[in-house]
Amino acid sequence: MSFAWAKQYEPQSAFTKWLDEKLPLPRLVYNAVGAGYPVPRNLNYMWNFGVLAGFFLVVQIITGVVLAMHYAANGLVAFATVEHIMRDVNYGWMLRYAHANGASFFFIVIYMHIFRGFFYSSYKAPREMIWLLGVVIFLLMMATAFMGYVLPWGQMSFWGAQVITGLFTAIPLVGEPLQVWLLGGFAPDNAALNRFFSLHFLLPFVIAGVVILHIWALHIPGSSNPTGVEVKQESDTVPFHPYYTAKDGFGLGVILILFTAMVFFLPNALGHPDNYIEANPLSTPALIVPEWYFYPFYAILRAFTGDLTIPFTGIVLIPAKLLGVIAMFGSILVWFILPWLDKSPVRSGHYRPLFRKFFWFGLIPTMAALFYLGGAHAEEPYIMLSQIFTAYYFLHFLVILPIISQIEVPKPLPFSITEAVLGKDAAPEAPRTGSVDGGDAGTATDGALQPAE
Amino acid sequence: MTIRLGGIIAGLAITLVLVLWSLLPGAYNYAFGPAPEKQPSSYFYEHGEGPAGGFAFDGAFGKWDVAQLQRGYQVYKEVCSACHSMKFVAFRNLKQLGYTDAEVDAEAATWTVPGIDPATGETTTRPGEPTDAFPSPYPNAIAAAAANNNAIPPDLSLMTKARHDGSNYVYDLLTGYGEPDPAKAAKVGFETPDGLYFNKHFHNVNIAMPPPLSDGQVTFADGTESTVPQMSKDVAAFLTWTAEPSLVERRQTGWFVLGFLLFATALAFLSYKQIWAGLKPKKS
Repeated sequence: MSFAWAKQYEPQSAFTKWLDEKLPLPRLVYNAVGAGYPVPRNLNYMWNFGVLAGFFLVVQIITGVVLAMHYAANGLVAFATVEHIMRDVNYGWMLRYAHANGASFFFIVIYMHIFRGFFYSSYKAPREMIWLLGVVIFLLMMATAFMGYVLPWGQMSFWGAQVITGLFTAIPLVGEPLQVWLLGGFAPDNAALNRFFSLHFLLPFVIAGVVILHIWALHIPGSSNPTGVEVKQESDTVPFHPYYTAKDGFGLGVILILFTAMVFFLPNALGHPDNYIEANPLSTPALIVPEWYFYPFYAILRAFTGDLTIPFTGIVLIPAKLLGVIAMFGSILVWFILPWLDKSPVRSGHYRPLFRKFFWFGLIPTMAALFYLGGAHAEEPYIMLSQIFTAYYFLHFLVILPIISQIEVPKPLPFSITEAVLGKDAAPEAPRTGSVDGGDAGTATDGALQPAE
Repeated sequence: MTIRLGGIIAGLAITLVLVLWSLLPGAYNYAFGPAPEKQPSSYFYEHGEGPAGGFAFDGAFGKWDVAQLQRGYQVYKEVCSACHSMKFVAFRNLKQLGYTDAEVDAEAATWTVPGIDPATGETTTRPGEPTDAFPSPYPNAIAAAAANNNAIPPDLSLMTKARHDGSNYVYDLLTGYGEPDPAKAAKVGFETPDGLYFNKHFHNVNIAMPPPLSDGQVTFADGTESTVPQMSKDVAAFLTWTAEPSLVERRQTGWFVLGFLLFATALAFLSYKQIWAGLKPKKS
């Protein structure tokens, strides 16, 4: 890390000195998540979720690798091997329930992490790259989770695969051949199951790689904080270890209690009963829905019910299905340009009265509603509601954020993190280079800002 | 600025398309269009509440009632197994119901499972062994459909997990047979189709399965009176066990894990507070 006052790793024993010369791995850890990484002292509990997301990625990889030892990706036996895991493998039920609920908890902590980013504008300069990599991780997670849900080869697995790959048929001209190419056949079958298993095994390691880039990019400007004022001086920070390792340890305990409660007492509450029925191409479930963590995007997909036509001519410009697919992918892709849509120089929502209103009374209720509507039957009034909330979703990011960042009068910011915490800044001699608005503070904090190790 | 302008235009365009081509036609249709046709069955469907008093395994501290599981097994064996297989449950699993190894061996031998004649290699049948799964009475799905008015009796291994609130669902379904209210049926023009049976707890009230249970159908060894609700409750409990044999063990493990985590998290909280104590704003 970059701040001039960051502690330096000092190997103590002969062995660690030797190791430090040959392969400074302990130094890397020390600088990444040890005492060598100075972190703003005022982080609240919303800053726990990054570490927790990393924890759940590890849980998923460990449980997943063991499950793969007992699973067979073959349409004839896949469902039976899952039952074999549940019944005959020692603690197989625990592994599988931990993996299934681990996916849900991974998404829970990721959503908290993302919405932390929305409220505190963690995407703003100088942290755009961290944000962009984060959106890439989220997209990879969605692909991984979708393919993982297909593997048990239950009814929802099969029909989910059918519906989601069917989205590609909306693409003009190449759509139908594309779906056949993706599935390796005209309907989900062995070919699809095998490739989904292969990719489901591969992608978590790709995610782990992008996570390393995400953390690397984080260590260049350092962590953001709830005031949005950049670090100016040593009294603004504390070493990551022991301060935030201790706090993350507590946060981990709390989330593990919730996770355990789900795994051991309500393991199927977040799943769908239909997935305990073996895949049957001849019987369509009454309601095909994805896993709960895709509901908002599924609601956006289904919101477009009418073709875009030229009125009174009957000429279809864009079919409804393609509109829905564009909107669904667009609803996440819009996050990529978020750093350039919201140009307010103030980061933290605490100091942005107008932004804060739209966040709590606009975006949050909209997301809650879309979560509900994505799992609801496709009938009125749910369709109209999902159309209204889908419209607000896009208006919020594409129209409201750019406009309020132009017209809003932010509240005065504290001079420094130290002042925000202690009520006064004990170091008046600190260089007042950072502008009070904090907008370009990332480039102005101090001259010691260097590329990470 | 270009990005923001483009964003505003794109956002307004999406909203316009959504409102003018999807929302308004939908709202118009909702307000003035024909009301969605109501299925006659929707007048008769009733949501069941499960057996009075619930099951022994309900709740976070619930345990198996082994005697009930044994009775449920008897109902499965003497009634359900005439049509339904349980391909993920093996005879050896019955040991969990309190049977000894010798009893399981003897019980397995009372079943007939498909086999191969070791001398000729032809398909034949043989007595079951503890490692065999509960067999299907039909050689294949086509035979099952042909024998059951084109409806294939589903495998029961996972039935209580394959339905919402499955244990209560099985009980409700087995006790839901009867006749529709004739006055109401005449009013909405409802008639149970040929070959189907009226069941108020089935989603479309016409089920292909004939009423399987009748009072006194089985004779329980423990002297419990075999009424339809009693047998339904017992077999629902048994099918809960077949769907999730690890249910009770899972919760017991869960209590240990939760206890450990509560303790560990309390320690983590105290160490967090202690480590941060020096950083608290002090009056000076």
